[in-house]
Amino acid sequence: MSSDSILAVDHLSMRFGGIVAVNDLSFAAERGKITALIGPNGAGKTTVFNCITGFYRRTSGTMRLTHEDGRAIQLERLNDFRISKQARVARTFQNIRLFPGMTALENLMVAQHNALMRASGLTLIGLIGAPSWRAAEKRAIDRATLWLDRIGLSDRADDAAGNLPYGDQRRLEIARAMCTEPALLCLDEPAAGLNARESAGLSELLLSIRADHGTSILLIEHDMSVVMEISDHVVVMDYGVKIAEGTPQQVRDDPRVIAAYLGADEQEAIAVMEGGT
Amino acid sequence: MPAPRGPGVAFIFKKALISALVALVLFSLMIGIRTEAGPNGQLIYWTRFGDLAAMVATVFGGSIVMELLRQWWGPVGTVKVIPPSVQAGLAVARRAIAPVLLIFTFLVPVIFYNQRYILDLGILVLTYVMLGWGLNVVVGLAGLLDLGYVAFYAVGAYSYALLATNFGLSFWVCLPLAGILAACWGVMLGFPVLRLRGDYLAIVTLAFGEIIRLVIINWQSLTGGPNGVSGIPRPTLFGIPLAPGPDGLSARLGIEFSPTHRIVFLFYLILALALLTNWVTIRLRRLPIGRAWEALREDEVACRALGINTTTTKLTAFATGAMFGGFAGAFFATRQGFISPESFTFQESALVLAIVVLGGMGSQLGVALAALTMIGGFELFRGLEQYRMLVFGLAMVLLMIWRPRGLIGHRAPTVFLRHSQAISSELAREGRG
Repeated sequence: MSSDSILAVDHLSMRFGGIVAVNDLSFAAERGKITALIGPNGAGKTTVFNCITGFYRRTSGTMRLTHEDGRAIQLERLNDFRISKQARVARTFQNIRLFPGMTALENLMVAQHNALMRASGLTLIGLIGAPSWRAAEKRAIDRATLWLDRIGLSDRADDAAGNLPYGDQRRLEIARAMCTEPALLCLDEPAAGLNARESAGLSELLLSIRADHGTSILLIEHDMSVVMEISDHVVVMDYGVKIAEGTPQQVRDDPRVIAAYLGADEQEAIAVMEGGT
Repeated sequence: MPAPRGPGVAFIFKKALISALVALVLFSLMIGIRTEAGPNGQLIYWTRFGDLAAMVATVFGGSIVMELLRQWWGPVGTVKVIPPSVQAGLAVARRAIAPVLLIFTFLVPVIFYNQRYILDLGILVLTYVMLGWGLNVVVGLAGLLDLGYVAFYAVGAYSYALLATNFGLSFWVCLPLAGILAACWGVMLGFPVLRLRGDYLAIVTLAFGEIIRLVIINWQSLTGGPNGVSGIPRPTLFGIPLAPGPDGLSARLGIEFSPTHRIVFLFYLILALALLTNWVTIRLRRLPIGRAWEALREDEVACRALGINTTTTKLTAFATGAMFGGFAGAFFATRQGFISPESFTFQESALVLAIVVLGGMGSQLGVALAALTMIGGFELFRGLEQYRMLVFGLAMVLLMIWRPRGLIGHRAPTVFLRHSQAISSELAREGRG
């Protein structure tokens, strides 16, 4: 395992009653890189995400997050909101979870809640409208505006998030996660439901996030064009276990991956398997 | 825009006939025949076929009118073309309504100085406006359905009554204490219900309201039980009593004493308290805590993913709402001079919740208008005597058909870049817990 991994998942297992959703999974996500987690439907990818982001309590195993300053945090010891607040892991959801009745700008302001709470002196300083609070609020609006610009939504800042087109909502959710200033950004199928042009735009956005902020990205994705284009490292899961990992090129040529993934195209998979052995 | 051709005359008549028939069956016993116990205990009855016929005819006519209206209005979702001039006028009226209402409220004691009834009604309406604004924090902003709000009203009232009668503390010392105590009870309610959502939360809060009332009834040594607490001191103008005598305000100002002075004082006191509630709520909405409340109403899971502590966020919503309820309770105690558990029944919680829902969840102006409609409207129908509840209920039903999202059916953003545009409540969620 690389010494500069931001996230090290070690022997992670998650059971729901008798069902083993994730079984003894180990992988690492490198700092400042994009790691993709792929696999057929029901492979347990989202379960891994939910364990990492504290929505599920893992059955066994460890998940260690190492910050740039060397501070290590065991994610399995934190629960729900503390993962985002203390470990600075942000996530998006497979089915978009924006605040539909709030404007795009408000969505990005809510994401800066913890910083703003400190600035507002747990509401008391804010209630009297102290200058320090107003300055902090202005900075938060500036940051939100910056992100709206980056995702090309600045002219729709005051529109309700629920009124935005689907592709814009996807990008807004990513921007909202970035407004929490995460060290690790977990994206659950960000390209789902996007057309080819929007997918290309998304790839660009993710690459620019990696380049400009050095944010490490962990990505679940079905859209192989996105995965192959932007990932530095790919982990393949099937039935809750890791079946392969490596660079996109290595994974693409791995016969086990092809067998698992192209289940529909059995003939080809068998041919590849036979050719490989 | 020409109205789309709806079903013909025959259809309308058929529909009206069916409605009239249903009305005839329903009302034949309820209205057609009246029974009463006679002087010797026997049952006497007489018929009221005239009333019955009038009722059925009304239903028949009303059904035709409804159908015609529906055809004129067009199918659901038809966009009505309103001329821009009318739209502009409406926008101005909408913006003017709050300041006009506020100025009018300030002038009420001046205009109706000699009409005790109007002043008392004004105080009552303002008390419910304040309660509505307080509950609005919990239900409208944070989306936590609270059916036991009257508990905090009771805590505030009893806090003031007991502190004042036992320790002789003044109203102005007790007011913040009542708020703090009510807020503590809000947190105490909040803890066990943190994990509950929707219907379950509603049931537990309802039970909480009843528990507080039952404790008050049964803890006789402290609260006096069903007999209540009497002799609660009247409020003073920062130590100057509003009473006849050499120390009273009127004597000091050199004017003749009148009992109306106290009523006017109470009116402005509750107005100030209500405006304080409003101001704090508006400020809080623009602070991170208020935005977190609304985000919690929209999507609790997303809140957790953004690092928002949902536990403290919910508890602060309960505490803030309860605090305002406590202030209102202290005011209620000082106004009445006597309180008993009868004033704090579930009926009150339901009324305040109805005000919030009718006003449009989360809208400050909506809540004020709804309180005026509910309390004022109820008084307005007093002349109808026995039919008052019937007419009032019907009015409520029609109002909710007309405006299913409440009187003010949109929410104003808390922050904007270029222009603030109202968001339709259809997008906003009502919250599930």
